[in-house]
Amino acid sequence: MTATEIRMVDAIREAMRAELAADPSVVLLGEDVSVGGPFGATKGLQDEFGAARIRDTPISEAAVMGLAVGAAAAGLRPIVEIMFMDFATLALDQLVNHAAKLRYMSGGQLSIPLTVRMQAGASGAFGAHHSQSLEAWLAHVPGLKVVAASTPADAYGLLRAAIRDPDPVVVIEHRALYWGRGPVETGEAAIVPLASAVVRRPGIDATIVSWSRMTVTALAAADLLAAEGIQAEVIDLRGLQPMDTATVLASVRRTGRAVVAHEAVGFGGLGAEVAARIGEDAFDALRAPVERVAAPFTPVPAAPDLERAFVPDAAAIAAAVRRTLARPDPRRRSLEEGR
Amino acid sequence: MLDAETPGALPRDPAGALALLERMQLLRAFEEKVAELYASGQVAGLVHLAIGQEATAVGVCGLLRPGDTVYGGHRSHGHALATGADPERLLAEIAGRVSGYARGKGGSMHLVAADTGFVTATGVVAGNISLALGGAFAAQLRGTGGVAVAFFGDGAGQSGQFHESLNLAALWRLPVLFVCENNGYAEFSPLSAHTGVERLATHAATYGIPAVTVDGNDLGAVREAAAVAIQRARRGEGPSFVECLTYRLRGHYEGDPAKYRDRAELAAWRAKDPIERLAGRLADAGLVDAEAAADANRRARAIIAAAADAVLASGPAPAGDLTTDVTA
Ligand SMILES: Cc1ncc(C[n+]2csc(CCOP(=O)(O)OP(=O)(O)O)c2C)c(N)n1
Ligand SMILES: [Mg+2]
Repeated sequence: MTATEIRMVDAIREAMRAELAADPSVVLLGEDVSVGGPFGATKGLQDEFGAARIRDTPISEAAVMGLAVGAAAAGLRPIVEIMFMDFATLALDQLVNHAAKLRYMSGGQLSIPLTVRMQAGASGAFGAHHSQSLEAWLAHVPGLKVVAASTPADAYGLLRAAIRDPDPVVVIEHRALYWGRGPVETGEAAIVPLASAVVRRPGIDATIVSWSRMTVTALAAADLLAAEGIQAEVIDLRGLQPMDTATVLASVRRTGRAVVAHEAVGFGGLGAEVAARIGEDAFDALRAPVERVAAPFTPVPAAPDLERAFVPDAAAIAAAVRRTLARPDPRRRSLEEGR
Repeated sequence: MLDAETPGALPRDPAGALALLERMQLLRAFEEKVAELYASGQVAGLVHLAIGQEATAVGVCGLLRPGDTVYGGHRSHGHALATGADPERLLAEIAGRVSGYARGKGGSMHLVAADTGFVTATGVVAGNISLALGGAFAAQLRGTGGVAVAFFGDGAGQSGQFHESLNLAALWRLPVLFVCENNGYAEFSPLSAHTGVERLATHAATYGIPAVTVDGNDLGAVREAAAVAIQRARRGEGPSFVECLTYRLRGHYEGDPAKYRDRAELAAWRAKDPIERLAGRLADAGLVDAEAAADANRRARAIIAAAADAVLASGPAPAGDLTTDVTA
């Protein structure tokens, strides 16, 4: 099928529409989903698939998530929309203690094919309760899968893969990307495997690992660096749990330098995991310590100026890449010391 | 309140009546065996027994049919058994053996016997209530006529999950039965320390859910209430709430000396033992005489003894299973 340019929010809707049409066990649950929610991601689906399968829920995140887990255990494929990822806190018991563990605790008797869409990220001055990036919490839980798209095509392909997956998958959607357009194919071939990182831009001097909105920022940083003659390779992780570390390691073995950039705060963030993996498995290839670019360790501020300061920008990522390049090559140094 | 007209509390035929008695005896024998194995170190961990509460599990689950689903909590060995789950595999699961339902990965508080509709138990108080809504939702969407049952204690009634779930079930008219086993205590403190509400069933009225409070140690009373509720659910009339007043005759968990309650209270509830009461009632009705009841009890104990022998002969949970079943 030929690709058309559509917005990410429309790609998300098209992915749900395709799976709702293909499989009568797919249902959608969320607050005000019948009218599309605050961002229009579900608009029109109730008209097409009926109120029995497209359900508006009360503001009861815990009960709704629990209901979805129970429905998944009974063989349905529920999609739950968490309007803002910040509100996942209210449903963590059902997600972390039940959805994630029922396959294991039952010794494989149960399967929980649940998809949880969470709109996330800092943009538009929404403040501390409508802006967080909490992916590290969820990726830390055995039994949950976590993905985040940076393009409309991936938003489509990953969401369809998530709905078909036999396990609970959290799909993180960045609000700042919802209205960006990109080419989207809509067939089966456009489905993206959950744990498949992709090289967005090839380069030989340093590897930038990122996901979600930070991939867009990383690509802008690569443009800045290119003007200086530095060729940065940009990897879009896409799958956060499980994580395609093979693609990351292969790149770092080529470039010898790595920067991990994410919008979540740095401490305990997934950047630490990526850095640790590189340290464990590609230490011999490193010519500089792995750099992390992340938000400062604060709640997300409301004022637009502060929010801008909170979210890492292209300049910060480019500066981190330059720092890795400015380091004396430790191998050369030891050669010199040995002389 | 639920309709007081009953579709028959106890079976009128001796075989049906005896089967219920024997099932309760089986639960009792099973849990006494668990206590014994715990005392001898063959069972580890946190083990919560429901000895004294057998009428609620058997009363409700005895009315279910294939396709119905049951969701229990931390004190749910009996609920699983009452759905017809295999005592040997359940005991093996509790003892951490390879022959358990989950080859030892679940354990006492996380039993799953999917083959008999016992979808799950949970170690999180009230965590199962919303899961039951999901089973009911699936049954409603598919039009199967199936019913989901959530068993929980009085302690769960103060949680947000409980209240959210009651509201949602009523709003969507889900075919779910809320069974509150009010045994008067949450861990080491009485209900009065947790809420000013005396009867948990009164919460149901807030959400427009028909509710009734019954003597939970009277199998007939539990069955009467549950039968009406299940019938309503199957007819598409939505959820019901049955509060069963009962008592656990042992501590909160094995090893709990239960110093927070007095002997007189315990003695009074011992005198209301649900199994003895049922046996007496069946004898009075001329359905099951004392000898038949004793025979049934011997059969139940023989089943459990054989199950325990098999469990102890079974291997430990294998190390190779540690990292399997995390994801598909
Ligand atoms: C959410 C949660 N909080 C606390 C506990 C610890 N805990 C286990 S059982 C229990 C008391 C439960 O009382 P009740 O619901 O009345 O059930 P019962 O033990 O009487 O059967 C508590 C507080 C828990 N397991 N889950
Ligand atoms: Mg209690």
